[in-house]
Amino acid sequence: MTATVAIALSVNGELVEANVLPRLNLADFLREHLKLTGTHVGCEHGVCGACTVRVNGDIVRSCLMLAVQTQNAAIETIEGLSDSGEIADLQSAFRERNALQCGFCTPGMLMAAQDLLKQSPCPDRERIREHLSGNYCRCTGYQAIVDAIESTAWARRGRRP
Amino acid sequence: MTSERENPQTLSALDRPNSYIGKTVPRPNLDRLMQGRGLYVSDIELPRMAHAVFLRSPHAHARIVGIETSAAKQMPGVIAVVSGRELSTVVTPWVGVLSHLKGLKSAPQSAIAVDRVCWQGEAVAAVVAASRAQAEDAAEHVLVKYEELHAVTDMRTALDPATPVIHASLGDNLAFERIHDAGAVDLAFAESDEVVEAEFVFGRHTGVTLEPRAVVADWNAAEARLTIYQGTQAPHMVQNIAALHLCLKESQVRVVCKDVGGSFGIKVHIYADEMATYALSKLLRRPVKFVADRVESFNTDIHARDHRCKGKIGVKRDGTIMAFEIDDLTGIGPYSMYPRTSAIEANQVVNLVGGPYVTGNYRARARVVFQNKNVMCQYRAVGHPIACSVTEGLVDLAAMKIAMDPVEIRRRNLIADDAYPCASPSGLRFERLSHHAALAKLVQMMDYDALRAEQAALRVKNIHRGIGIASFIEVTNPSAAFYGVGGAKISSQDGVAVRLDAQGSVICQTSITEQGQGSESLTAQIVGSVLGVSMDRVRVMLGDTDNTPYGGGTWASRGAGIGGEAALQATKVLRKNVLDVASAILQSVPGELDIVNNAVVNVVDGAPRIDLSELARIVYFRPDTLPPGVQPELMATRHFVPREYPFAFTNGVQASWLELDLDTGFVKLLKHWVVEDCGTIINPQLVDEQIRGGVVQGLGAALFEKCVYDERGQLTNANMADYLVPMSGEMPDIDVGHVVSPTLESELGAKGAGEAGTAGAAAAVTNAVNDALRPFGTIITEIPLTPQVILTALRRI
Amino acid sequence: MKASAFAYARATSVANALEMLTTYGERAKVLSGGQSLLPAMNLRLVAPELIVDIGELTELRGVAVKGEVLTIGALTRHADLLKSREVAAHAPLLKDAVAHIAHPAIRNRGTIGGSLAHADPASELPACMLTLGATIIARGPGGERRIAANEFFVGIYETALTPQELLVAVELPVTPKNSTHFFHEFARRHGDYAIVGLAAQASIRDGRFADLRLGFFAVGDRPLLAESASKLVDVAITPAVLIEAASALDDELDPLEDQQATPAMRRHLAKVLLARCVSLLLARPDLGAGAPA
Repeated sequence: MTATVAIALSVNGELVEANVLPRLNLADFLREHLKLTGTHVGCEHGVCGACTVRVNGDIVRSCLMLAVQTQNAAIETIEGLSDSGEIADLQSAFRERNALQCGFCTPGMLMAAQDLLKQSPCPDRERIREHLSGNYCRCTGYQAIVDAIESTAWARRGRRP
Repeated sequence: MTSERENPQTLSALDRPNSYIGKTVPRPNLDRLMQGRGLYVSDIELPRMAHAVFLRSPHAHARIVGIETSAAKQMPGVIAVVSGRELSTVVTPWVGVLSHLKGLKSAPQSAIAVDRVCWQGEAVAAVVAASRAQAEDAAEHVLVKYEELHAVTDMRTALDPATPVIHASLGDNLAFERIHDAGAVDLAFAESDEVVEAEFVFGRHTGVTLEPRAVVADWNAAEARLTIYQGTQAPHMVQNIAALHLCLKESQVRVVCKDVGGSFGIKVHIYADEMATYALSKLLRRPVKFVADRVESFNTDIHARDHRCKGKIGVKRDGTIMAFEIDDLTGIGPYSMYPRTSAIEANQVVNLVGGPYVTGNYRARARVVFQNKNVMCQYRAVGHPIACSVTEGLVDLAAMKIAMDPVEIRRRNLIADDAYPCASPSGLRFERLSHHAALAKLVQMMDYDALRAEQAALRVKNIHRGIGIASFIEVTNPSAAFYGVGGAKISSQDGVAVRLDAQGSVICQTSITEQGQGSESLTAQIVGSVLGVSMDRVRVMLGDTDNTPYGGGTWASRGAGIGGEAALQATKVLRKNVLDVASAILQSVPGELDIVNNAVVNVVDGAPRIDLSELARIVYFRPDTLPPGVQPELMATRHFVPREYPFAFTNGVQASWLELDLDTGFVKLLKHWVVEDCGTIINPQLVDEQIRGGVVQGLGAALFEKCVYDERGQLTNANMADYLVPMSGEMPDIDVGHVVSPTLESELGAKGAGEAGTAGAAAAVTNAVNDALRPFGTIITEIPLTPQVILTALRRI
Repeated sequence: MKASAFAYARATSVANALEMLTTYGERAKVLSGGQSLLPAMNLRLVAPELIVDIGELTELRGVAVKGEVLTIGALTRHADLLKSREVAAHAPLLKDAVAHIAHPAIRNRGTIGGSLAHADPASELPACMLTLGATIIARGPGGERRIAANEFFVGIYETALTPQELLVAVELPVTPKNSTHFFHEFARRHGDYAIVGLAAQASIRDGRFADLRLGFFAVGDRPLLAESASKLVDVAITPAVLIEAASALDDELDPLEDQQATPAMRRHLAKVLLARCVSLLLARPDLGAGAPA
């Protein structure tokens, strides 16, 4: 019974069918099977946030979900969000503000940021910091990230900061 | 602050119209990282690649009685199970000493332990399998029989005669000792009105790079060549050492460093498991990948800053600091790390204590002892946070004793801005620092007097806030004095090659590396500015020993100052060569031509004469049309190393504003300010972000980070849930200001900025907490400042 | 850091899940949100033979109010609780508590049933169940069992559930109209496990507590519904009364030592929380400073 399980799901809008071992987590499935290496693995115990992806529209830790649990689910990764243009403005704000250094946390950070902006169009800095509280960044000290998200929120509301 | 230059002529390269120097421009190639299309080592897959997992010792100190691998070898997917003894046929052991650290001793260390393990987490066997999961499955079936030995864990008793000696051949557990005595310390203390002493205790902590250490080693038996893909800060160092211990020539080793998920000094060392991975690839004749998991990272990434330092300061009632004295003790684990050694940190503490201040009376002792814990070595701002916390803690204690404002005592003792060149009490030579200008700017940025008034007003309402100030100096741009003179094959010089391609764009190869600091950007900014081309025409290649000039890499805040200068000088040569060709083509003279916006123009009227793409076309495809005897050289290479000063010191000052909850011991950081002087600023935004990131790592040390060992040498918080690093919710906004005193050692004038933030942040926070505690008659000189520590100091628990 | 191999079964119904749990007993683990189970499995701290995934049992997800009872299905996610109008209206304490659970991405997966069955003494929801007087509903081979919250949590990661039982729902009495609540926890960083926390609910009449329920967490091997709360009911609260209650609370606590705090610190912080809670609920700032010694 530790045999592979067939799953069918949508990843970045494409139908994916695969046979996976039950123990394979979603992060490793995306990275190793689908070669979507933008989903990063920083701790594998659900703390660092680098592996954050969207499952059926909600952000989740892909190291804390089994690939077999994604049967019929719609997964979106950083590659998908980038190609669709959904977060182009956010990425642009990150670039302008240098809100990334090594970039390892960035895909997860962008996922969390976009999640916040969808739920809360005008978050204050404290709210932004709170929403990112599960995403580690060891390089920036967070301020540039908060700035970039804040300016994106302003821009989306058609106002200048 | 401006700087007089001996040769104003040379400034033109940087001050040209459209120069990128001093401008905030976005880093090139960020899209790759933002779209998840970078290439970190953990992303790399090669054909026939196998995965290595290391079985690690559960004991801090034990004899290996036997290793039984037969069951593991039968497990699905297993390719090999290799013990230390077996691997020792492929890779030789090493000893982490440097000759200029006199008396430093260490024992031979093997890639995988042979006979004995010396810390919890040391590898005892490697399992190589088709997948990481299968290798982990098999590792559970490797049976190792241990005979536990006494674990030496407390640095305070490591030198006691009753404590067992970890390496019998060394005679004792003392790895290194340095004694320094300058001026007339005893007399100075005797003449002081007040003498204050304290013991400063620092939590052992580590870097927690978000991407763990990772390596893919690919031995091609047919080529007899090893390619190492590794997230390292120093590719040529890795090349040299891998070759040395695998008994290869350097030409047989190529080190490729693509994207690196954080380094901070963690990835500038040679780790045993990485050496083992190279060796396993050679042994098994196939690519082998090793990615440390998070638990392994905590157990094996170098730790740092485990110090207990007694300090003493003498002060006159008028605020004059008379003398400093320290006695520093640090435990580095069972081996001195290779090749940079584990004595550098303590050595830096001795070098840096008292550094910002005038007094020449300084006595210091530092002892570095072995213990059965993970190894310690250089992590961002090596030694600086210790020295800064001790110095600035003592200065505040002295100020408190004579009832002087912390800013005022610093004003009265910081080395005057016009006193340079001069030397520190430990003999370090300062070219030019700006302590007073920096302090003045800081006081103005934070509105110090208003903040003091606010503090007083809130205190009445039982709200307890504190202000902490910390001046600091930072070692940057190290010359060969750092490592080379001690015999380490670690380059202090860097090289840059620039060439014009056939469409008039520039390809630049540099020996410095990129881990997110912006090495690529600053190089492109310099090259673009000096040559006169737009940055989007400059492609920078780094991190490949086959394809870059030889050099040190990126560490010790050296990339911009050393690699940047090499880029500047190489581009000047290329520019001259381009103008020589242009003048031949245009029948002009070089002095009448300039390069602006990707085209050769007239100096006089700026009129475009020939586009660089056209020039390149002629040079590469129609050289027959050039005048006889003209041989264009559209590629130039230059190297640079500072020669006059061993280090380019920078300086700065930080301030912390925080609130202390007396009932809970929780500290809320409200604001942080930094003023620093890194000389010429190439990209203000990148400098500011280096400062901010550095500050937050220092704030982590101040409040959160500590590797907690039990008395048996077990690391008890080796996971991300228990080892706390700073998160967005608890970090303050950080204001950064600058004073600019360029170094005259280079035309560029840049010094380093990567470690200044980390150097002083913890000291500022500790001083602020003590400032908040002032009405309660207690002082804390221990970090991290956890609620437990604070409540204990307040006698609430 | 990869989980050991295991077999996987996607339960098609509660009955189907129970069948598998009956067969496998302790060798099986129920996968609900997975936010505590999967880290433990990745770290190989647990290695079940079989994972019974109940994620598709949609009948276990949701919040409903019937009369005076709020029923929350075991698979209801933390994020659902945060968004639920029923929870906001009828168990506002719960909503405040959920905001303190970890981080958004965790709250999107973690479930109330998983959290209660996991029974981490430092987690928020078990204490809320005590405070709110919840009934935990389990189904097993013998049918349905209703377990009072104060009998459900029996130790660190230990509950009254047998390996053959599945937690299917919790029932909460609808919070009375005139009641008020307090939730606070001391955690080193936003979203971290609490060093000490308090979920309190009270009704107040004429400046006195007519009723007060204090559910402490991270103060022992299980959440604690403090009996010392009774010392604060139907009396005029003075500093002396508060001190007496704090002293009684101290006797009830049996805190553990861990990375973040010694037992002494936990005792101290529990008393700080008590004072802050009383001060805030009664709008008496004079009572809030310090820990009543």
